[in-house]
Amino acid sequence: MSTPLTLFEKVWADHVVVEETVDTPAVLYIDLHIIHEVTTPQAFSVLRKNKLPVRRPELTLPTLDHSTPTTPVNTFKDLLVAGEGAANQVRQMERNCEEFGLDLLGYGSGKRGIVHVIGPELGATQPGKTIVCGDSHSSTHGAFGALAFGIGTTEVGHVLATQCLLQRKPKTFAVNVEGALPPGVTAKDLILAVIGKIGVDGGTGHVIEYRGDAIRALSMEERMTICNMSIEGGARAGMIAPDETTIEYLRGRPRVPQGAAWDAAVARWRTLRTDDGAAFDKSVTIDASGLAPMVTFGTNPGMVIGIDEPVPESNDASFRKALDYMQLVPGTRMTEAPVDVVFVGSCTNGRLSDIEAAARILEGRQVADGVRMLVVPGSEQVKADAESRGLHRIIQAAGAEWREAGCSMCIGMNGDIAQPGQLSVSTSNRNFEGRQGVGARTVLASPATAAASAIAGYIADPRKYL
Amino acid sequence: MKPVRIIRSKTVVLPNRDIDTDQIIAARFLTTTSKEGLGQSAFYDLRYNKDGSEKADFILNRPESKGCGILVAGNNFGCGSSREHAPWALLDYGFEAVISTEIADIFRSNSLKNGLVAIVVDAATHNWLLENPGADMTIDVESTTIALPNGRTVDFEIDGFARYCLLEGIDQLGFLRNQLDNIERFEEARTWKP
Ligand code: SF4
Repeated sequence: MSTPLTLFEKVWADHVVVEETVDTPAVLYIDLHIIHEVTTPQAFSVLRKNKLPVRRPELTLPTLDHSTPTTPVNTFKDLLVAGEGAANQVRQMERNCEEFGLDLLGYGSGKRGIVHVIGPELGATQPGKTIVCGDSHSSTHGAFGALAFGIGTTEVGHVLATQCLLQRKPKTFAVNVEGALPPGVTAKDLILAVIGKIGVDGGTGHVIEYRGDAIRALSMEERMTICNMSIEGGARAGMIAPDETTIEYLRGRPRVPQGAAWDAAVARWRTLRTDDGAAFDKSVTIDASGLAPMVTFGTNPGMVIGIDEPVPESNDASFRKALDYMQLVPGTRMTEAPVDVVFVGSCTNGRLSDIEAAARILEGRQVADGVRMLVVPGSEQVKADAESRGLHRIIQAAGAEWREAGCSMCIGMNGDIAQPGQLSVSTSNRNFEGRQGVGARTVLASPATAAASAIAGYIADPRKYL
Repeated sequence: MKPVRIIRSKTVVLPNRDIDTDQIIAARFLTTTSKEGLGQSAFYDLRYNKDGSEKADFILNRPESKGCGILVAGNNFGCGSSREHAPWALLDYGFEAVISTEIADIFRSNSLKNGLVAIVVDAATHNWLLENPGADMTIDVESTTIALPNGRTVDFEIDGFARYCLLEGIDQLGFLRNQLDNIERFEEARTWKP
């Protein structure tokens, strides 16, 4: 009998062009390379300087998301809303794609959106693929049983020029989630709890595989929320073995194989699971049934508590600095904190089900006085789907803003920012100092918690609004 | 990339844990299409007041920090985003090496590709470095050792290939392009196509 292998090891082995040695890393083949305007210009400059083409344009998926405005764009002037640098970057990306023969899903395509939202939506993200992007949340695509990770701009150049990367094989980390999530507790709460448990560096050097009943029970969109934040636990990638849920999600999507090729692909995908008895380098087990909605209280995603727990105390200097920045006092409850801004969106929680979850709570209610709420769909497709269900009307009737697709306030590159000192309840993935604007205080939460907080004007437990 | 063999410098210490890439270079400075000039925006919100004046008490602004090429930071340095602008900014600022007990994967990989020597040391060495800011030391990439001013020499680990590329100033794209025959063979032999 052959050695039992983990899901990661199977996908890795399937893409090794040249094995690693003590002296050299492995040459790893990349099946899908998603690119955007912010982390590619310097890579295209390298190609130009060396007179190299993009080796496999058909495996390259370019879009515009990070520095695009979330107001309508019809002319170059409309781009300037996001600032001159951002507008030029978008234009540069359009020029680069044209020069190198890449099919940009940009303005007018109807398919533009956040890199990690459009890959799955188009069916370009598939089980068993290697997927990279110059963005650390590339781990999102691991929800399909792909090996997906973020890379730097130098590596973007490597993939554009050779379709390969030089990589050392990472270690494996099993995160087992048993039990079932209680009502009102979402995938976002689960992944925040996982990061709280393993710490923001718990996964460094590892690829996580999420396993167990609670994971199997999740929809694909929920699985993407989980894998998305693997990097927040320090891991390069997060993976979930494909199953019927995965196959049903992909069926009929524009970029999946058709006809007999679909059947062959599905047969291959079904083999992509960790064999019984396969060993992980480390593992942790979490019981989902005891979880509450989670909120962060500090300046990294590992500083997280259940919404009904008090803010903890510590003498550690970094901890105190974080609490000072957040203007929070140990022993108080997060539900005592007044809210200025609420953001629903990002590659963590900007898909249709996230917008639905927020809209369900907003329906028939009003965003509290003095609170600004932004709802930003993850892609133009998500926006169209939400509008065909009338969700935008519910959102607007509640007094929230319904915007154009993009990264928006997740990264604050396009002018969508919170003001210094403002408290933002955000469905994105990073509560770093200044992430959503200089001095802005970010509390990470699920779409339901974000919507409930918008209505209450304070951080609120969504279970009271269900 | 320029070859990097020996780094001789004083250290500057930023003791906080989990210094993320957003702090190293905030997103609003990423709307550039070149690598140059990012040093002036490195650690911007820690370095400058709202009116653009320098924060006098921030370590990088103190006179003794000028010209220091080695950054000693708290555990888990460079976590967060994959932006290569972070090592570009540190290099442009004048840092040649960063030392911590743990360095985030993508940041480390990006750093080594640009000639910023990212070094992980044991907790005891790290504590000594935290307690002795301004220590005058020598990093030898060839022998993978750090010579401390107290006479101690500490070994550090660095991926053999990354070390070779640093020493020779090798651009990894050239190395990968030499594999193109293998890459083509791999593509032809695959049982399924992406
Ligand atoms: S939504 Fe945020 S985390 Fe996701 S790709 Fe955009 S900037 Fe990165």
